[in-house]
Amino acid sequence: MARETPAGDLRLANLTKTFGAFTAVDDLSLTVPQGSFFALLGASGCGKTTTLRMVAGLEEPTSGQVLLGDRDIARLRPYKRPVNTVFQSYALFPHLDIFENVAFGLRRRGIRSVDGQVRQMLSLVQLDGYERRRPAQLSGGQQQRVALARALINHPQVLLLDEPLGALDLKLRRQMQIELKRIQTEVGITFVHVTHDQEEAMTMADTVAVMNAGRIDQLGAPAEIYEFPATAFVANFLGQSNLIACDVSGGSGDDLLVTAHGARFSVPAGRSRTDNGPVFLGVRPEKLHLVGAAVQVPGGSQHLEGVVTDASYVGVSTQYLLRTGWGTELSVFVANSGAQQRFAVGERAVAYWDPQHAFLLGRDADEPDRTTPVLDEPVGASS
Amino acid sequence: MSALAHVPIGSGQSASPPPAARSGRYRLLPYLLLLPGAAWLVLFFAVPLVQLAAASLYDPTGSISTGYVLTWAFDNYPTALRAYWPQFARSFLYAGIALVLALLMGYPLAYAIAQKAGRWKNLLLVCVIAPMFTSFLVRTLAWKTILSDNGWLVGLLRDVHLLGPDGRLLATPIAVVLGLTYNFLPFLVLPLYASLERLDYRLLEASSDLYASPLKTFRRVTLPLSMPGLIAGTLLFFIPATGDYINAELLGTPNEYMIGNVIDSAFLVRLDYPQGAALSFLLMSTILAVVFVYLRRAGTEEVL
Repeated sequence: MARETPAGDLRLANLTKTFGAFTAVDDLSLTVPQGSFFALLGASGCGKTTTLRMVAGLEEPTSGQVLLGDRDIARLRPYKRPVNTVFQSYALFPHLDIFENVAFGLRRRGIRSVDGQVRQMLSLVQLDGYERRRPAQLSGGQQQRVALARALINHPQVLLLDEPLGALDLKLRRQMQIELKRIQTEVGITFVHVTHDQEEAMTMADTVAVMNAGRIDQLGAPAEIYEFPATAFVANFLGQSNLIACDVSGGSGDDLLVTAHGARFSVPAGRSRTDNGPVFLGVRPEKLHLVGAAVQVPGGSQHLEGVVTDASYVGVSTQYLLRTGWGTELSVFVANSGAQQRFAVGERAVAYWDPQHAFLLGRDADEPDRTTPVLDEPVGASS
Repeated sequence: MSALAHVPIGSGQSASPPPAARSGRYRLLPYLLLLPGAAWLVLFFAVPLVQLAAASLYDPTGSISTGYVLTWAFDNYPTALRAYWPQFARSFLYAGIALVLALLMGYPLAYAIAQKAGRWKNLLLVCVIAPMFTSFLVRTLAWKTILSDNGWLVGLLRDVHLLGPDGRLLATPIAVVLGLTYNFLPFLVLPLYASLERLDYRLLEASSDLYASPLKTFRRVTLPLSMPGLIAGTLLFFIPATGDYINAELLGTPNEYMIGNVIDSAFLVRLDYPQGAALSFLLMSTILAVVFVYLRRAGTEEVL
């Protein structure tokens, strides 16, 4: 697909937006490489939609720049920006049919022969034959695809997607995630996708930025962020983590030594975000393994003893809660591969992990352990 | 959950469950509810309308004292039109100019109240409706004071030489048109407001995102979506304004009289019932024709 406008990355530089005393976006800087699928991930109210609206021009930044290539577009009116949006509510024009909805952008730019392009775009989103329908006659998934076609037909330099799949049910959402990824690969346009759904962000995006309270906590490839989160917020927003409050007590070679409630653990220095003071020792529940006694723990592993207080069988795995000597309950996910020993509630067990899978995060001095309860999503939700 | 996944979202009207067998009492209920209104309309609208139609065809030489005879005198119509076509034309002209003025003021007003007023919305709406709490007559008499030769408005206009030293507003066509504009403005603003209030601002954002300047957004999104309110408002404004006689009576002179004044005098002064009735029917059918053409041109199949 030919691009009429010069290429360029999207760069946000010290972007800030305040509403009265509330700072929605706080001195945000990031670069979205051209042609990438970028996800802004965060809980509601973290400023991700405000960021998107500033790129679209629907919100004026209090300060900072929005750069497309070398051009600052932060103060351009929305209709002058080579950027299009797929709105959360779709915002299809109810008085126009599907054809005219898709042709809207082309017509406003004075392009006369739109027929071929509209049909091509409708076939890209698999809506051939729907030209004369009205938006109200389409299902949610179809409306979503019209909204996508209506934005894409303009070949924007950046396509913004504001929780576009939020209104769809689970099955349709999965389908559209794959569809969106396919279309992005096909057209090669930069996609900036705002979502609060971590699974959605990880499935689709090349790069994920986790936003928290108007700032970016961490930016990177999904696997990178998941395996080595930068903050306690990220560790628990993207999947879940067992975070044990520790203090750094020293180092030995390439390892850092930490103590928690009298127990000592070591973590590779390369897996540490900080090398002194109060820290969180983090291990993902699926990186913990359970055995019956400390003698069964393989060499080179770290371990913790406890009592099983809950065992939930969820099909693909069994999710255990293991209460440690000091009362914190750790989540342990054991894959139901058939090879593992099963534990009953009340049994003593030992959880062990490979130090390479642990990580150390900074912690405020008075913050206690942070572990998330098992079963925060319904059984079979991943089907 | 998997069954739910196949149900399309927002696929228009969901079929209501088939009505269960209802007892006779409930089948009759809608008609019973209709009865008082229908009876009122038959008694006080349909019957008088037929009576008026008959009166328009009475022998024109009759009078109240000698009595009228129904002679199917269709000549009453051309005769009345020949005598009073200037007033007839004037009615449509004044109402038309007033409508344009009201649109120029009313559309921005309705838009501002609906989309921009925020917490002032209700207060502003009350301000639009408040004049209706006093009588039509009182309001028009108040305009007589405002436009009077000794009033501040005329004084001001004379000072800035928009009016000559002897220029006046009262007893001119301007006064009548201003009166019409003022008196019927709320009928235009309220339906327009209702339409614009439902307008989703996100559609305006989408339009702006899709390269439409504010002007293009107005033409392509706002205006088409406010069409139902615009049509209802113009009709509610234009129909009574065309038939109005109070404004011409109080703010104008016989030179500004509209068809309403003629009908009024035919019935109450000259006691020429056949002519009054014929003019009434002419006015009614002309308005119906104008409305019909207008609705066709406006292209809203929903209204017709």
